[in-house]
Formats: sequence, C-alpha cells, structure tokens
Amino acid sequence: MQRIFIFLIAGWSGFFVMAIELLSGRILAPNFGNSIYVWGGVITVFMLALSVGYLLGGRLSLRDPSLRRLALLLMLGAATTIPVILLGDAVLDAVFDRVGDPRYGSLLAATLFFFIPTAIAGMVSPYAVRLLVRDPQSSGHCAGLLYFFSTFGSAAGTILTSFYLVLYFEIHQILAGLIGVSLILGSLATVLGNRENAPGP
Amino acid sequence: MRPVHSLKTLFALFASLMATHSTASNVIHTEKSLYRNIVIYEEGDQRCMSFSQRDQSARQTCKSLDDPNQFVFTYTKMMMGALYLNPDPRNVLIVGLGGGVLPMALAKMYPDAAIDIVEIDPAVVKVAKQFFGFESGQQLHVIEEDGRVFAKRAGKAGQRYDLIMLDAFDHQYIPEHLLTQEFLLEIKKLLTADGVLAANTFSTSRLYDHESTTYQSVFGEFYNLRVQYKNRIVLARLDGAPARDAIDRNAAALEEKLKPLGFGRDWLLPLFSTKPDWKADARILTDQYSPSNLLNSVF
Repeated sequence: MQRIFIFLIAGWSGFFVMAIELLSGRILAPNFGNSIYVWGGVITVFMLALSVGYLLGGRLSLRDPSLRRLALLLMLGAATTIPVILLGDAVLDAVFDRVGDPRYGSLLAATLFFFIPTAIAGMVSPYAVRLLVRDPQSSGHCAGLLYFFSTFGSAAGTILTSFYLVLYFEIHQILAGLIGVSLILGSLATVLGNRENAPGP
Repeated sequence: MRPVHSLKTLFALFASLMATHSTASNVIHTEKSLYRNIVIYEEGDQRCMSFSQRDQSARQTCKSLDDPNQFVFTYTKMMMGALYLNPDPRNVLIVGLGGGVLPMALAKMYPDAAIDIVEIDPAVVKVAKQFFGFESGQQLHVIEEDGRVFAKRAGKAGQRYDLIMLDAFDHQYIPEHLLTQEFLLEIKKLLTADGVLAANTFSTSRLYDHESTTYQSVFGEFYNLRVQYKNRIVLARLDGAPARDAIDRNAAALEEKLKPLGFGRDWLLPLFSTKPDWKADARILTDQYSPSNLLNSVF
C-alpha cells in the first residue's frame, strides 16, 4: 500500500508540473506575448527549479524519511501554486509596468509564480527513491520504476492539458483542479500510509 | 475489392501531386525564421509570400507584377471597407505586416496619415522590403514586437488610432492571445471616438461562432463581411455599427480613391451586414478560455 502511494505521488507530481508548465505559457501571454523567448523563459525557470528541488529533496531524505513527509511535500507544492490564482493579474501587471523587455519580464514573472512550487515538486522524486530502496542491489530498479511513473505522469499531464482540459475549462479552473487533486492525494497518503505504518516492519 | 480501391486512391493522390508540381510556379526565395518558413514564389503575373511551400491556402500576400497597385486578395479589398466607416484616418495601426500591401495602399491614399505596423517576425519585415517594395520611414513605422505587448503598452501610454487593422492570423495558426475578449478590450481602448477596427478572421470552422460572440461582447453590433464562406472581415466602432446612409455617403466619396486597387462600392457595399448568423450561445473567448486553434481545426 505504501509503495502504491509513493508511485502515485511521483506520477501525479510529474503530471502536475507539466500541466502547470503548459498553463504558464498561457498565463504569461497576455502580458509578454507568445514569442519563443517567453517559452524559453518558462522552460528555464522550470528546469532550474527542478534541479534545485532534486538537490534539496535528496538532502531532506537523509533525516527521518517517511511517506507522511513525502505527502506533505506534494501538498506544499500545491499550496504554493494558489497565489497564481489569487494574485495572478496584479503581479503580472506590476512586472509588465516595471520591466520593459518582455524577455526579462516573462522570466521574472515565471520565477515569481512557478519557481517555488516546481522546486518542491522536484524534491518528490529523490525523496521517493529513498523510501523505496531497501538494499543497494535493487536501488537501480527502484529508481527506474520511479522515473517511469514520474515521467509517464508528465506525459499524461502534457497531453491531457493541451489536448482536452483547455478546451473545456478556464485556466484557473484547471489550476484549482490540479491543486485539489494534490491536496486529496496528499491527505489520503498521510492517513492511509500512517495507518499501515504503525504495525509495519 | 479493397486493394484495388486503395490503389486507385493512391494513383489519384499521385496524379494530383504531379498536377500541383506542373503549375508554373517558381520559388525565388526561401527564408527560415524563428516562427516559420517563408517562401517567395512567382506564378503567372503574381509574386506571393507563403508560410508553407506548396499550400495555396497558406498564401500570406500576393502582388500583381503587372499592376502592383491592384489588390490580388479578396480579403484586403474587404479590409478597406473600414474606410466606409471612417473615411479620413490620421493615425493607423496595423497588426501583422505580411508583404505590406495594406499599409502601402493606405500610405498612398493618405499621404499625411501616420501608420504604425506591429510585426512579430523580423524575417517577414526583411522579406517585405526585399520582395514586395515595402519601405519603412517617416510615414510607415514598423515595430517588431508581439501585438498584444504593443497594444497593452500603447494603451497605458494613451496612444489612440482612428483605424486599427488586425491581420495577424493565418489559416494554420492563430496566436490565441490575439483572439480574446481582454485583447479586444485593449484594442478598443486604442480607438479614437470615431475610430474603426477592421479584423481579418475566420469563417469556416466552429471558431466562427466563438469569435463572433467575442467581438459582440466587446463592440456590440458590428458589420460582418463575408465572401463565399472563405473570407470574413469584422468592422467595428465604439458606438456600434453606424447607420447605413452614412456608409453609403462615404463609399460614394471614396469611389475614385479605391478604384486603382481594383474594386468599388458596387462590389463591396452589398457585403455589409449586421445580421448575426452565428450561434448566440457560443462560449466567449477569454484569456482564461482560448482554445482557438483547437476550435478551428478539430471541429
């Protein structure tokens, strides 16, 4: 059961990051346009945030790793996305007024909105590997499985968002849905994961 | 049965491919830009700019080599219908340069007007200058920027235009942030009291209904010009669609000026319609909901 939750969280985290990344282009376009450099800025911020997240996630896994904490990371990543919905337009307008060059404007706006949630999402994978690995011999196998779920989730998040979700929902509705799923999955993992942990090995 | 049938289809496909190749079109220049491949070719007495090698519907601009003043495309003639709503523009904004046919014609008709052109792709500007005789200068001012970014900044700076032409779409790709209620509100803010907006848009797909309700939500009643379900031009003003007799008067006064472009009011005026011919409940396109390319291609 615990392993299932770990894979579910890793997969959903991958889904979440790619869905947000795609939507971020939409969110920035009204102020900074749709040029190649806007996408360049977005992808740079997401990659940088993930790289920092991997580093921090690995570090965090050294001390008392638990499914509860992994679930907390997932929920924290979702919670830090809420400002995009609440403060979106105000922040975008403020950046637009202060930064004339749309390249740096979009880079700054993407950093403000998405660096922290994406970095937290990046922490999930190495932390999950730590929870899965029982012995060095199976560590590669565990990591491979985890990459599979995480990247498969990313692919699913990309295609579902760009092919279907944007056709039926508003951007803020999709964001709220993504945040909601993260919070629900995180809560379930906390409750059920803990219950099983108590009498466990 | 089946293999024979598919062989037939294959042969038909092959034949049509050969046919396209045998038309005497002559590629004279290709240019790769950040956004697309630009192809310049000549066919008969026309020189055209296309964003796709052999697809005729992807033609952006054509100019007649025999009579460069004359408009080749139906939609450019329809765009000039905006002048019937405001016959004497002093400040003009055009979003999307193409080969520069519209701005050059306007510059010739109105030597005192100042014309700003926003074009996102520097390669298009270069090619327009090289192959279509476009020249920027005192009167024609090119800004290489995203149309949305320009509109937002111009609005904040208090700039106003008597005539705004939106010509930024092609049949394969719509910049979705240029077809939302919020963008049109930003454009509306740029119009002078008697200013007019002319938008070259779409008319074939399900997107027609959505863009119609979106324009209506911003401008109220507007003039809708359609030809053969292929071209569709929206003409809108701040105060709704003006009365027909004013348009007739302006059209009569402009007749001589428009004649060199190859059309007159006898052809253009009958296209003017204010009758809604779209689904009134189509969802309005906004920055939050703008799947324009999906609506245009899938359904």
